[in-house]
Amino acid sequence: MIRQTLPLIAIAALAACSAPAGPSKVTVADLWCRAAPVGAPAGGCYVTLTASANDRLVAVETTAADHGEIHTMEMDGGVMRMRPLKDGIDLPAGEAVALKPGGMHLMIIAPKATLAAGGSVPLTLRFAKAEPLTLSAPIRQVGAAMGGMEHH
Amino acid sequence: MRRRILWLAVLVSWVAVGGLALYVTNSPPKLQPATLGGPFALTDMTGRPVTEASLLGKPTAIFFGFTYCPEVCPTTLTELTAAMKALGKDADRLNVVFVSVDPERDTPEQMRLYLSNFDRRIVGYTGTPEAIARAAKAYRVYYKKIPTEGGDYTVDHSSAVYLFDRKGRFVAPIGYGEPHARVVEALRNLARTG
Repeated sequence: MIRQTLPLIAIAALAACSAPAGPSKVTVADLWCRAAPVGAPAGGCYVTLTASANDRLVAVETTAADHGEIHTMEMDGGVMRMRPLKDGIDLPAGEAVALKPGGMHLMIIAPKATLAAGGSVPLTLRFAKAEPLTLSAPIRQVGAAMGGMEHH
Repeated sequence: MRRRILWLAVLVSWVAVGGLALYVTNSPPKLQPATLGGPFALTDMTGRPVTEASLLGKPTAIFFGFTYCPEVCPTTLTELTAAMKALGKDADRLNVVFVSVDPERDTPEQMRLYLSNFDRRIVGYTGTPEAIARAAKAYRVYYKKIPTEGGDYTVDHSSAVYLFDRKGRFVAPIGYGEPHARVVEALRNLARTG
């Protein structure tokens, strides 16, 4: 009996060392979602991620909508193009990767409730290596200026 | 001789419109076609048929987008709403139109619900995919359906707001990301002189 359980404990201990503590830890800054009009079938959320070791954001999940996607958006000669990033977003060690208006963003499809300013959206970020993070993203109203300040 | 004058006129108008586009949008030098707009047969958000003639008599600001768009369209509509508030009564002299490039998902009801968030004078047009394609072609608006995972799709689309005078003649574009003051100025000029 003892002989049988010992290797299991050893394996469990090994797993405990390698997986949950992980080779990578991701820190999160500037997490927020854009307030969306009533009836909007999709919403955008933004965040800055810094991984301690090379990692990758692979998925976003939320209980507040049908599902989440990782997208990029670009303006190309006045044309707005949006693409899902199937392979997620690369997070090089120690580098702050910003998802912000006008570029990469988290998209939540078919929100269950209107994304009203002052509210929040629960988001679970899944990574290739680091433990998933479940966070609450505050919903903010974006000002009237088209495209914000970073355009010029 | 006549031919030469005609060519000169074409050249001058292209340069003028191109220069105007450059000045207004700050975008890469790309000539704007001098003929923009044209016949269309769409449905407004109450389900009534509308054509290019529905816009005559008042200057028009028109742009194409879709309600699934998380950033460019709500930002543009928010900007237009703020600009119309700044215009006050002058805004009553304008048609402000949002045309869907996603007619399959943007039903008149969806357009009505979505636009209820913005200035009440902004009207939404949609229609059959074929009718939308014809309207977009007339307005030289680029849009393309891009499939995504799980049978979903997104739509690439031109982002500028186009301004027309009361006779339906193209005046100028307003590029995405224009400073608020310039948007207000362009709409006020249009309302007072267009």
